Amino acid sequence: MARPREILSRNPGAAVGVALLAAILLLAVFADLLYPGDPWRMAARPNLPPFSPGYLFGTDMLGRDLAAGIAHGARVTLLIASAVTGLAVAFGVAVGAVAGYFGGRVDDVAMRFTEFFQTIPSFLLTVVIVAIVAPSLTSIILAIAVVSWPQIARVVRAEVLSLAGQDFVRAARVGGLSTPRIIWGHVLPNVLSPVIVAASLMTATVILIESGISFLGLGNRDFVSWGYLLGTGRTAFRVNWWLSTIPGVAIFLTVLSLNLVGDGLNDWLNPRSSGRGKRA
Amino acid sequence: MMDRLGFLTGRAARAILILFGVIVLNFVLLRVAPGDPASVLAGDQGAADPAFVEELRRDLGLDRSIPAQLWVYTKSLAQLDFGQSYREQRPVVGIIAERLPATLILTLTAFGFALAAGISLGSMAARHAGSLLDTVLTSVSVMFFAMPLFWIGLMAILLFSVWLGWLPSYGMATVGADLSGLSYVADIASHLLLPALTLGLFYMAIYMRVTRASVLDVLDRDFVRTARAKGLKPGLIWRRHVLRNALLPIITFASLQAGHLIGGSILIETVFAWPGIGRLAFDALMQRDYNLLLAIFFITSAIVVGINLVADILYVAADPRIELGA
Repeated sequence: MARPREILSRNPGAAVGVALLAAILLLAVFADLLYPGDPWRMAARPNLPPFSPGYLFGTDMLGRDLAAGIAHGARVTLLIASAVTGLAVAFGVAVGAVAGYFGGRVDDVAMRFTEFFQTIPSFLLTVVIVAIVAPSLTSIILAIAVVSWPQIARVVRAEVLSLAGQDFVRAARVGGLSTPRIIWGHVLPNVLSPVIVAASLMTATVILIESGISFLGLGNRDFVSWGYLLGTGRTAFRVNWWLSTIPGVAIFLTVLSLNLVGDGLNDWLNPRSSGRGKRA
Repeated sequence: MMDRLGFLTGRAARAILILFGVIVLNFVLLRVAPGDPASVLAGDQGAADPAFVEELRRDLGLDRSIPAQLWVYTKSLAQLDFGQSYREQRPVVGIIAERLPATLILTLTAFGFALAAGISLGSMAARHAGSLLDTVLTSVSVMFFAMPLFWIGLMAILLFSVWLGWLPSYGMATVGADLSGLSYVADIASHLLLPALTLGLFYMAIYMRVTRASVLDVLDRDFVRTARAKGLKPGLIWRRHVLRNALLPIITFASLQAGHLIGGSILIETVFAWPGIGRLAFDALMQRDYNLLLAIFFITSAIVVGINLVADILYVAADPRIELGA
């Protein structure tokens, strides 16, 4: 396994991604220090354009500071993204491990179940779930997790399937270890790297889905994410163009950084896989 | 031959199972939601009308057991009976049928654009792998991959409608223009351009990536080397040997994406006020017309399942080597 430093020098995209992601994380962590108080209070004159003195990103039609909104929105966006990723990884790993380890009928049923969630229009499904179960932070997180876990399950199942027949697993079985212990202690640790890569790429998709849901106005008013800012800015975007442009740039940079980091992790953790750009 | 028939029957059975899954999902969601299913389905306006809620309650068979309720629900959906929209005072299925053509025009145009542009740009990148052109094309696809579709749409409106004033940004035709013949078609085309390109860009980026990887893979194979060694003309090798083999995985992949494309049109249709089922879903959402929303979800799923089934049939017809086990 190459050292991280080598990977970063060979894959400059990953270096850019790591730097960007670190900056965004810092912004989220220190939002309260940078922009103390309620980000939704009236701070200045309405409709100030970007780069106004003291108001880097300008203000909206109610005089709220957009920069404060972006900083605090980073928290909400990243919070939702990590909660969804955690849930989806937990469920996906469970389904994938059981399907891959037991094979046969169990695998068939688990894969049909996975396929179902991959076939039906996923964005529409999240919208339907959030709308009908009542829009809230919890329902948004659950709804996005429902459409996200299948990717993880597929990755884990494929890996576990190839591991389950190998000698060290057979040895553990002969040694009398219980099935949960074999799966947890011997099989899953070997699946860790592809799961990490898949999870980082999934987090990027989750942010895109969340932004769409909030954009439609299904978000929670008490937890203003970037997508929500974009959606409220849209009503006046022909005049106050910055209100929907800047939150979109924030989403773009975050998703881009996660994709680049995911690619870098793939180079690092799965050196044998043929990543894009390798054959050049 | 029997083999293939068996394969296709299996696929058809799977399609029906998926649709039944959607019905069960709708059914469960309606019961998880706060309030009784009839008042949820009736929506904000309908729930104020006791007679309407009572009628729904009777239609749904809410006084019967849960399995009986599921049976009633499945039976009515299988007959395309989605009940009434309270707001519009007419059957839901008629409203959706009216809006379907607009969505089909939008998604088919976007899909065609994404496939054509993605495959040509992807093969271009692969043929010049490692060059500046490849780097630029790959970077552009990485960028489009990271942008929210609806945001690209808003930016396109700002640039091409608000600032440059080149293209309309709203609706499907100029209101009150009363055009006919060719100028009517041109009017719709000018309205179609921005939303279709926006919706297509993201998928173009994906197809470009897949095409590049697939072409690079095929270029490396022995039969291409043999063809080169035989002295075949590069153009002929490209058309007959490389592209044909490289396209197979792209077609499979593209058919799997169909569902996302149709589902994703809800955001694009909302941004551009395109009068299709995506915009209809947004309106249903805003007015809490959940009967309509669930019907759109079911019909969209049915269309997607249908497309996948057709893709399976085409695939079996096109490629005799296809593995039928999966």
